[in-house]
Amino acid sequence: MAELITYRDAVARGLAQEMRRDPSVHFLGEDVAAAGGVFKATKGLLEEFGPQRVRDTPISEEAILGAAMGAAMTGLKPVAEIMFSDFLATCWDLVAVEIPKTRYMTDGQVTMPLVIRTANGGGLRFGAQHSQAVENWAMAIPGLKVVAPSNPKDVIGLLAAAIRDPDPVLFFEQKSLYPSKGEVPDGEIVDELGVATTIRSGSDVTIVALASMVPRAVDAAEELEGIGISAEVIDLRCLVPLDTATVIESVKRTSRLVTVEENPRLCGWGAEIVSIVGEECFWHLDGPLTRVTTPHIPLPSADALEDEFLPSVDRIVEAVQKVVQ
Amino acid sequence: MVDDVTPAGSGQVDPASLLPPEEPVHLLDPDGTLHEDPEYPVGLDDEALVELHRTMIVTRRIDREAINLQRQGQLGVYASCLGQEAAQVASAWALQDEDWIFPSYRELGAAIVRDVDPADLLHLFRGTWLSDHDPYEHRFALLSIPIGTQALHATGFAMGARLDGNPIVTVVYFGDGGTSEGDPHEAMTFAGVMRSPVVFFVQNNQYAISVPLSKQTAAPTLAHKAVGYGLPGYRCDGNDPLATYAVTRRAVERARAGHGPALIEALTYRMEAHTTSDDASRYRSDEELEAAALTDPIARLRNHLRRRDLLDDAMEQRFEEEAAERAQAVRDAIYDAPHGDPLELFDHVYVAPRADMAAQRDELRAELARRADDDGGAA
Ligand SMILES: Cc1ncc(C[n+]2csc(CCOP(=O)(O)OP(=O)(O)O)c2C)c(N)n1
Repeated sequence: MAELITYRDAVARGLAQEMRRDPSVHFLGEDVAAAGGVFKATKGLLEEFGPQRVRDTPISEEAILGAAMGAAMTGLKPVAEIMFSDFLATCWDLVAVEIPKTRYMTDGQVTMPLVIRTANGGGLRFGAQHSQAVENWAMAIPGLKVVAPSNPKDVIGLLAAAIRDPDPVLFFEQKSLYPSKGEVPDGEIVDELGVATTIRSGSDVTIVALASMVPRAVDAAEELEGIGISAEVIDLRCLVPLDTATVIESVKRTSRLVTVEENPRLCGWGAEIVSIVGEECFWHLDGPLTRVTTPHIPLPSADALEDEFLPSVDRIVEAVQKVVQ
Repeated sequence: MVDDVTPAGSGQVDPASLLPPEEPVHLLDPDGTLHEDPEYPVGLDDEALVELHRTMIVTRRIDREAINLQRQGQLGVYASCLGQEAAQVASAWALQDEDWIFPSYRELGAAIVRDVDPADLLHLFRGTWLSDHDPYEHRFALLSIPIGTQALHATGFAMGARLDGNPIVTVVYFGDGGTSEGDPHEAMTFAGVMRSPVVFFVQNNQYAISVPLSKQTAAPTLAHKAVGYGLPGYRCDGNDPLATYAVTRRAVERARAGHGPALIEALTYRMEAHTTSDDASRYRSDEELEAAALTDPIARLRNHLRRRDLLDDAMEQRFEEEAAERAQAVRDAIYDAPHGDPLELFDHVYVAPRADMAAQRDELRAELARRADDDGGAA
């Protein structure tokens, strides 16, 4: 049996699945308990697991992650929510300097089995300080794992994998995807970190996308089929570990690559993919390695303006046509 | 220059002198009876009292218009200041014209005192354009939506102004929830050591989104937090415009005279949901709301003015009409306002646009032109 559920509800289901299974999983964040999350992604958890395991905190992002770090050292498996991924900047010391370095600096003696969940990206008209897609910031830090699912089934499976993983995982939920729906099978779902999925096969070009860009890449591939271009679409799902094998194998077959990312142009994750493919697939290429990104400016909050800046299906189609011609 | 930047020095103040009063300063009863307190003189003449009242009425009317505009799909989101008019308007009233305000997103009342066109602020929430008011013209900084960071900006601004020999004071507004962030604490540490002329004004409206004060802090009161940084902590009834005015004025003039920063906790109540996207019935009761309504700040000053015959029916009606006109002007400016030219968004990222950005702008221009052609072709 399968059920059609939203990306939003998948978050609560994934957390509940892991909290039922493992009493050491605890969850904390701002407005997550009584209010069920400002994006309503954690509804019902307080009712089921009680105020010890599902905790509303003061507005202290550093303390949220600091508490998660300390609790993880005692052997608990904390899941901490940072309401908007932009606010990771307020607790960056914990994200970049403390949590990912402790295992290394203690010679592997102290592990950090924690997950930081956060609502990431644009498309909801929240403006320059609440809309950034910052998965590339996280990707630059050795010691973190970085996950960004594109559909409800992956939300559950990858969240479960992240919670069970002994290393710290930054889990990006794309806020524009919260209302989107997808089929989810009954029963426990556990996936694997670091495995990309090929969601559409093709022979002329490989489109690599992540999170909210995945449905757009699929729409673009369908449009391209109408004009005789066969596009393969890969959903990366994780940036760290990065499944380079799937991408390289695909590009060697199609001979062309277009990456689609929400990040602003400079140092978005697409640049990393392009550089790897440039090195590994150079002799197989029939067109320029191409990135579709948001321009390198902060996002505006206006609906129409924001839509013009984020990579659109049109822009993807356009980019692919240029590469294939 | 008022003072140098000699640190106050640890151990040089009597901690008891920094403690907030046991009861919040309260001068005006809900029925309008005034209890004068020589420690907190009000010193506003009759005309100013009426003006203060009128400004609160304008604030409330425009606030309601903003909520309506949001409900009609004209604004993305809006954070109402209903119930907090006295805390905002009366505190901003206590400043000199050249003093600076560092607001959070909820400070419509303070903006109106500073003659900021409310439509310019609402453009940000409509997304027509970015924040349009000129901070230098109004001495009113960008609304801070990230919590608490503005306390640092206000502290730095106060330090900078002092280095320039400019005898201004900065006032930073943040909420009860904001006191849990690290930023205001680091700001108060700095301001205390540098004796910067900054007043930290906390509107304790009892909630941070869904989280009540009891879950936000274990401190006896928010004003007590001041003591740890060597700042005096003040507390006032924030729904009492005269107490709010008198307490703020005292803290501001003390700072201007070189005696350093202060923290004020103004006790008030957020009558609306956190924002138009929030449903407050999930976490608070109707009874609580009804009880809070009895302490309405506008009714209080109105009762006082009526008792003293400073206000009559005709004036009240005129104020309501004026407020409605101003609200209409805001509505006219916002309703269906077209958004700006997307290409202009590249203009203000840097002082001088980067060459690679010009290329990105050209790409976007070409894309928009193609799309316009396609749409034209389809029509
Ligand atoms: C750094 C940061 N963390 C979290 C948020 C999300 N957030 C927006 S408003 C708010 C509550 C603020 O409450 P309070 O400081 O009491 O001010 P009020 O809204 O009541 O005026 C929160 C948590 C934010 N904007 N910035």
